[in-house]
Amino acid sequence: MAALAWLVADGAAVAQRNLIKIKRVPEVLVFVLLSPIMFVLLFAYVFGGAIDVPGMNYREFLMAGIFAQTVVFGATYTGAGLAEDMQKGIIDRFKSLPMTRPAVLVGRTSADIVYNILSITIMATTGLLVGWRIHTSFWEAAAGFAILLLFSYAFSWVMATVGLLVPSPEVLNNAAFMVIMPLTFISNAFVPADTLPPVLQTFAEWNPVSAVTQAARNLFGNTSALNPPPDVWPMQNAELYTLIWIVVLVAVFAPISVRLYKRASSK
Amino acid sequence: MNEMIRAEGLVKNYGEVRALDGLDLSVPEGSVLSLLGPNGAGKTTAVRILTTLLPFDEGQATVAGIDVRTNPNDVRSRIGLSGQYAAVDEYLTGFENLYLFGKLYRLGRARARERARELLERFDLVEAGDRPVKTYSGGMRRRLDLAGALVANPSVLFLDEPTTGLDPRGRAEMWDVIREMVRAGTTLLLTTQYLEEADRLADEIVVIDHGRPIARGTADQLKSQIGGERVELVIAAREDLARARETLTFFAVGDIVVDEQSRTLVAPVSGGSGVLTEVLRGFDANSIGVLDVGLRRPTLDDVFLTLTGHAAENGGSEEIELKESA
Repeated sequence: MAALAWLVADGAAVAQRNLIKIKRVPEVLVFVLLSPIMFVLLFAYVFGGAIDVPGMNYREFLMAGIFAQTVVFGATYTGAGLAEDMQKGIIDRFKSLPMTRPAVLVGRTSADIVYNILSITIMATTGLLVGWRIHTSFWEAAAGFAILLLFSYAFSWVMATVGLLVPSPEVLNNAAFMVIMPLTFISNAFVPADTLPPVLQTFAEWNPVSAVTQAARNLFGNTSALNPPPDVWPMQNAELYTLIWIVVLVAVFAPISVRLYKRASSK
Repeated sequence: MNEMIRAEGLVKNYGEVRALDGLDLSVPEGSVLSLLGPNGAGKTTAVRILTTLLPFDEGQATVAGIDVRTNPNDVRSRIGLSGQYAAVDEYLTGFENLYLFGKLYRLGRARARERARELLERFDLVEAGDRPVKTYSGGMRRRLDLAGALVANPSVLFLDEPTTGLDPRGRAEMWDVIREMVRAGTTLLLTTQYLEEADRLADEIVVIDHGRPIARGTADQLKSQIGGERVELVIAAREDLARARETLTFFAVGDIVVDEQSRTLVAPVSGGSGVLTEVLRGFDANSIGVLDVGLRRPTLDDVFLTLTGHAAENGGSEEIELKESA
C-alpha cells in the first residue's frame, strides 16, 4: 500500500515536470495539433464532397474518426518525450534517485492525458466550426470523450514501449508513422468500412481504431439508420470491444515498458 | 574508520568487451578517491555500477555499508551522482529541477522547496534560478547538476568527469565547489582524465586501464613514480633526433620519449625553469635547431607511458557510448 502511495506521489511529481514542458514549449502542441486540424479541413472541404455517407452529413461522420486519429497521434508525444529523456542524461538522474521505478512512465502517460484533453478540446472546437454536432445527452457525450481519453491513455503505453526501444525521438516519429498510418486509414475513421476491399474491410472491422471511432459516433449520436455499422461483433459492440482493447493494451504494454525502463540506460 | 565505498573484484562484460576486469576499491569516510584513466578505461562503468544504474557480472560492492546488488534502493537514498552530461531537465527552471529532485528524494514539499533555494544560493544560481535551464551556460548547467546530486545531503558523492568540457574558469569554479564539499565531510569518488585534477582533489588515486587498476597511491606517491615536470622540445631537422636525444640524456631523470613524425622529444626533469635554460644551452652548443620548447606538468599520457609503456588509448565501451550519443 505504501509502495502504491509512493508511486502516485512520484508519478505526480514527474507528471508535473512533463506538464511544465507543454507550458514552456507550446510550439510542440501547436504543431502536433495543426496536422489533425488540417485533416479536418482537408476531409471536410476537399475529399468530403466525393465521399458519400448515406443518411448523414459527411462532417458529422468524420469528426469521431478525427478524434480517434488525434488521440492515436497524440500518443507519439508520449513516445517521443520518453525517447528524448532516454537520449539525455535525465533518465540516469531519475534512476539514481530512491523513487519508485515505474513512476517515470506513470508520470509520463498521466501527463499525456492532460495533453490529450487539450488536443480533443481543440479538435472539438474545430469540428463545431465546420458543422459537427453532438446529438446525445450530456452524459453520453461525456462517455464518448472518456472512452477517447482512455483509449489515448492505453495507446500511450504502446508508444512508451516503442519510445524505449528506439535510439532517438526522430526514429520514434518515423516508427510511429508506420504503425499509425495503416491503423488510422485502414479503418472506418474517414470512410465507411464497407467501401474497402474485402481483406482490408475485415482488418478495418477488427481494428481498435475503428472500434473507438464507432464508439464515439454512437455516443455522440453521429450515426444514421441508413448507414448501420457492419454486422460483425466488434462493430456491433464497439464500446465493449474498445474497453477490452484498452485493458489489453495497458495490461500488455505497461509491464513491458516498465521492464524495458528498468534495463535501459541513457544512450 | 568507516569504509564508505567498497568494491571487490568487480567484473562487467558488454558482450565480448570486458569493461571492468576485477576492480577493487576502498574509500574511507570523508576522503576522496580519484579514478584516473582515458576514455574507455572503465571509469564510467565503475561509477554506474556503484550508483546502482548498471548490474555487474562478478564481485561485491557496498556503498555506505549497503549492498549495491541486493539493496539498491537504500543505496540510492544515500548517494548523489553527477555526471559528464548534465542530467537536468532543460525545459524546467533551475529551481524546478531541484524541487523535483527534492520531491523524488522524498524530502516533502516544504523541505524540497527550501533545499532548492539553499542550493541555488550555494551554487551562485539565484539569479538564474527562475529561468529555464535551456538558457544556462555549460558551466551553470554543470553546477546545477552537481546541486541536484546534493539535494538529499548524501553521505557519498559520485562525480563522473565533473569538469570535462568546461573552460578553465568553469573548471576552477568546480574545483572550489568540490573542495568545499569535501571539507564538509562528504566522501567522494571522482573520475577524471586529468592528472592535475586528481592531484588537486584526491587523497588517493587509482589509475585504471582496460578495466584494471594499474597503479594506486597518493598523488605524491604517484608523482614520485612517474616523475615531475616534463621538458618538451620540437627540433628543426629530423636527422638531428639522435643527437638531440643524447643531449637530453644529461638532463632527464627518466625515460626520454621521441616522436619522429613530429620531431618531438619529451623528458622528465627536475629543477624547474632552470633546467629549461640549461637544456637550451646544451642544444645550442651542439647546434641543434629548436623550434619549440616548454616545461609542463605530467599528463595522463605521461602516466600511462611510464606505467604501461604505451600512451593512453581511447577505446572500449565508454568510447562507443560517447559516439552513439554524439
